[in-house]
Amino acid sequence: MFGDYSLGDLGAIFAMQGFAGLILFSVYVLMALGLAIIFGQMGVINMAHGEFMILGAYMTYLCSGFFQAHLPGLFPAYFFVAMAMAFLASGALGMLVEWALIRHLYKRPLDTLLATWGLSLILQQAYRSIFGAREVGVELPSWMMGSIQATGTIEIPINGLFVMAITVLITLMVAGLLFASRYGKQVRAVMQNRVMAGAVGIDTGRVDRLTFGLGCGIAGVAGAAFTMIGSTGPTSGQLYIVDTFLIVVFGGAASLLGTIASAFSISQTQSTLEFFLSGSTAKVITLLAVVAILMLRPQGLFTLKVRR
Amino acid sequence: MRSPTRTDNPFMTPMEWAYLAILCALIFGVLPLALDGFRLNLVGKYLTYAFVALGLVICWGTCGILSLGQGVFFGLGGYCMAMYLKLEASSVENTKIQSTPGIPDFMDWNQVTALPWFWTPFKSLPLTLVAVVLVPTLFAFIIGAAMFKRRVGGTYFAIITQAIAAILTILIVGQQGYTGGINGITDLRTLHGWDIRTDSAKTLLYFVNGGLLVACVLAAQFVKRSKLGRILVAMRDKEDRVRFSGYSVASFKIFAFCLAAAFAAIGGAMFTLQVGFMSPSFVGIVPSIEMVIYAAIGGRLSLFGAIYGTLLVNWAKTTFSESFPELWLFGLGALFIAVVLAFPDGLAGLWRQHVAPLLTRRPKAAALPQGAGPLPKGAPAE
Amino acid sequence: MNAAILPGASAGQPEFLLAVEALTVSFDGFKAVNDVSFYVDPDEIRVIIGPNGAGKTTVLDLICGRTRATSGSIKYKGSELTKLSESAIVQAGVGRKFQTPSIYDDLTVFENLEISYPRGRSVWGALTFKRDAAVRDRIHEVAEMIFLKDHLTKRAEFLSHGQKQWLEIGMLLIQDPELLMLDEPVAGMSVAERKKTAELLHQIIKGRSVLVIEHDMKFVEDIAHRVTVLHQGKVLSEGSMERVKNDPKVVDVYLGH
Repeated sequence: MFGDYSLGDLGAIFAMQGFAGLILFSVYVLMALGLAIIFGQMGVINMAHGEFMILGAYMTYLCSGFFQAHLPGLFPAYFFVAMAMAFLASGALGMLVEWALIRHLYKRPLDTLLATWGLSLILQQAYRSIFGAREVGVELPSWMMGSIQATGTIEIPINGLFVMAITVLITLMVAGLLFASRYGKQVRAVMQNRVMAGAVGIDTGRVDRLTFGLGCGIAGVAGAAFTMIGSTGPTSGQLYIVDTFLIVVFGGAASLLGTIASAFSISQTQSTLEFFLSGSTAKVITLLAVVAILMLRPQGLFTLKVRR
Repeated sequence: MRSPTRTDNPFMTPMEWAYLAILCALIFGVLPLALDGFRLNLVGKYLTYAFVALGLVICWGTCGILSLGQGVFFGLGGYCMAMYLKLEASSVENTKIQSTPGIPDFMDWNQVTALPWFWTPFKSLPLTLVAVVLVPTLFAFIIGAAMFKRRVGGTYFAIITQAIAAILTILIVGQQGYTGGINGITDLRTLHGWDIRTDSAKTLLYFVNGGLLVACVLAAQFVKRSKLGRILVAMRDKEDRVRFSGYSVASFKIFAFCLAAAFAAIGGAMFTLQVGFMSPSFVGIVPSIEMVIYAAIGGRLSLFGAIYGTLLVNWAKTTFSESFPELWLFGLGALFIAVVLAFPDGLAGLWRQHVAPLLTRRPKAAALPQGAGPLPKGAPAE
Repeated sequence: MNAAILPGASAGQPEFLLAVEALTVSFDGFKAVNDVSFYVDPDEIRVIIGPNGAGKTTVLDLICGRTRATSGSIKYKGSELTKLSESAIVQAGVGRKFQTPSIYDDLTVFENLEISYPRGRSVWGALTFKRDAAVRDRIHEVAEMIFLKDHLTKRAEFLSHGQKQWLEIGMLLIQDPELLMLDEPVAGMSVAERKKTAELLHQIIKGRSVLVIEHDMKFVEDIAHRVTVLHQGKVLSEGSMERVKNDPKVVDVYLGH
């Protein structure tokens, strides 16, 4: 498949597809970050994670419409408001769900999987009833369109860079929160030994709720970024849950850096392959490779040998 | 002093024989008499899902392996059968207007000029019947061997099987020329010259399907009642203890997973025969997880419960999605949550708790099933 | 004491039932077991003692294949165990009891014992396994020994803690291993249960080698032929209880801090 291109062309193609994959990478990282925190701490797989992302996307859509209609002067800045709204809406819903549903199901991870799937069906239908079955798109402010001409053949899309920057910022903030704050210490304590953490006076229920909310909130921000690469529909989030979970597992569930590295490799593989093959074949090959590697190395790529 | 009734290990308790008799009466008597041809065919379609639910009772309920990719095996079984039927419907005679006569129409539309190699075995009926069971089972064996030998289980396994369902769907949809794409394999007519589209053929297929289902129930019951069945329960509980009692845990898990796949495959083939087509919409993530809810609603530990659960959910789906399509997804979502939160043992659990005690309150207590599933909630604690 | 050689062992055959040599395992650089060697004779009762974190349980894990050794060898009746799967090690005749009772809550006492009965261990064998008179008699015999003959049809989850421990010992007994490994068999038991268990152990260790981890020194003194002391992953001392008790290094480790 590379035969028809010169070496220089190939370099440019890889670079271009790499930059084009930036948004996909950002969406993956943000989604996977939320999922990894929740999975790492509670052993819970949130199958409705994609729907939390889509909630963020719909919030962005609403903000875009609102600014266009009522505050056209501030439209260039609406995306920042949209991301904050996306975070708050998804985070609040996440905390509600944790309180109403998830906390009753700790120690039954397979059942949580089914219950959150049920939740995802309900959310999908709710979106359909509220926003309609048709997919909606978001209008970007003009400064985010277009691209920077880096060399003769390489263009870097501005929105890609912007989302990338936001992702880096959020990742750093999450890392800071987990590794430097009191809350982070509590989270890690609960992660490592729930019973002991409870015994030394940590309100594990509260930590769980905050963590679940945080994970869902980050998914909401991922949804805001998602509006730039796809149109938003009630079921748009569904396929992302599989991809995202594979990323989390591929990176070795508890490792933040591993999650980022695996999101990067998967999004870049897919994005590069898409240039040469059809989208579906690229997806099949990427997923097959990940599943095959996971079958050979189920503990993920970036984990250490620890005592069971 | 031992009571022989308790440590004897009969194939089925009298109670279970009664359940079987009721099921047979329902499938072979009540439903065919009460329903018209169209509705009976619909029930036949539902019952093909019951094969999957039966497999899940063994694999998920008994052994604790949740597969979210049973649609893969259902689909593979169905596609194997559909490929045979399609080839028979694509005789040179029937397809002489195509640019390449003698190959399925969708291949011709996609500029495929020769039958792909993996289609050729499906010219033969015996080979097809073998493939229907063998191909999905072998595929399950490969997945199971790769995963269970490396001690992958629980949620990891569930997600990987779901990913496989997603991959297979994308692959089938993407490879239109070889698979019929999103439409699937349609326009199926005859099975070895016998027209499967007539009313009489559909009725006969319904009974064949029912017979196979009862056979699978008996096979599953045999497995559950054997020592192997108890080992599966033991593994769900304390995998390490089983391993250190000298059993190869992976082999037993692979067996349970393969058995579930084989059941699903038979269901898939019967689906193709009764409904007359097979498409990727029965393979992917959504149908696969819906099949899990059939078993969950019916009771993940009960073979009979799984069948009734399948019938009930599908009946509800047909009724609601005909009249209130919006409500159905809310309802299905709520079912998922309710069955997990409030009734983890499903209908069978409710039956065992509230109805069965009334029936067995007769002098003979010997009919109590021993070690079959959780005890009622009121059982004495330690 | 106890330099017994297997009566039938021919010249040149290894006389040890179990020979652990230069066994090392490291987790992420941390050597939980570091160059440990010891030898167990047929019919010997060996107790491993040592402070918490000395690597006692890890040694048992290594022998039964639960953890894989980084280096070193474990020879059982002359054949290497480190490469075998757990189930193959059990089938070779090594039985293991875990620290916390590990039984099947959802099955009855009878079924718990039946699963441990050493027949029909393959998939096909388990599918065609018949609950015949031999099986039944053996289960009743063992149930009597472990004080559970009146509880055969009870679901195991409703047993008391002590009864669960006995059930697990019974499960090992029915397996009839030549080398029996017990991890703190009397931990968490009441005084009465402890006494009964000691009685039970005395009965079942006849005719086999036993490797026991135990903290209860009275109990150790009572049963041990020889004692191996582990400390920080290494063998600190070995010999009779008398010798070990008076070893200054051991005294230092146990009393020094």
